[in-house]
Amino acid sequence: MKNWPLWEVFIRSKNGLEHRHCGSIHASDATMALENARDVYTRRMEGVSIWVVPSKEITASNPDDSAELFDPAKDKAYRHPTFYELPDELKHM
Amino acid sequence: MEQHLVQYIYGIADNALILGQRLGELCGHGPNLETDIAMTNIALDLLGQTRSYYQYAAKLQGENATEDTIAFLRSEREYKNVLLVEQPNTDFAYSIGRQFLFDVFHLLLLEELAASADETLAAIAKKSVKEVRYHVRFSSDWIKRLGDGTDESHIKMQNAINDLWAYTDELFHQTDADKAMVSQNIGVDVTKLKEAFYVKVSEVLEEATLQVPDLKYFQKGGKNGVHSEHMGYLLADLQYMQRTFPNMNW
Repeated sequence: MKNWPLWEVFIRSKNGLEHRHCGSIHASDATMALENARDVYTRRMEGVSIWVVPSKEITASNPDDSAELFDPAKDKAYRHPTFYELPDELKHM
Repeated sequence: MEQHLVQYIYGIADNALILGQRLGELCGHGPNLETDIAMTNIALDLLGQTRSYYQYAAKLQGENATEDTIAFLRSEREYKNVLLVEQPNTDFAYSIGRQFLFDVFHLLLLEELAASADETLAAIAKKSVKEVRYHVRFSSDWIKRLGDGTDESHIKMQNAINDLWAYTDELFHQTDADKAMVSQNIGVDVTKLKEAFYVKVSEVLEEATLQVPDLKYFQKGGKNGVHSEHMGYLLADLQYMQRTFPNMNW
């Protein structure tokens, strides 16, 4: 049980929204991972759909590289679509 | 008639209360965090169902009865749960075995009770059946994992099934209250669930590479209030607070 792999859990809180990362759990395979995610993360009506992904399958950026990866975007305000008027009906942009 | 209905409700609700209490004992002691939460979730489902049944029974009884007096202030003989659900958490295999055998029966019962002529019972059954479908999924899954797991988990799971098997036949015995309620289309005729139960259970056990026990003599008594030696200890835990501090609230 100590050797059970780690899984990342993504929950869709309602239809129309995207799945969001909400935490991780241990499980021996995908079926158990789904059930454990259901029991741990959807007890208070948090979700309508669950994805589980083996944590080892995730390739992450290296925090040491954040200067070259992310800093160059800081002074490029023109990339933000702030000049459009959004209709009120449009939620979750 | 009312008395039979109340006794019939106890026959269903006491199973959920006592099994919920047994699962509650495991809170904080599960083999890992995820399984611990899963089993306490099931305990809470069962207690939720118990409350709905007891609230209804209290209304039928009148005389200041409440869901709490029914849960906490009856004597051992007045509890009508089957012997199966009061069996102790000897190890994880016993807890899963007990859960699995009860879940399969529980689902068959609620699917029929949903068509009861008593609207309240039918409504409670319809709501509970979704919860119990998940319980069956959870416990069947673990039966297969332990049965078809390592040599040690296989032996432990087989031992638990062998020991608990003696309590399965009682699930299909009819009490006087059962007979009275079946004749009015309120109750479920449990004798008719027996075949489907053993088919489903055998299917899962075979998939788990476990032997289906071949037993001729079975234990019985709980349905008529005659319990095993474990019940007194369980009730002592369950009732302690209300017996020591009567009418206590929090």
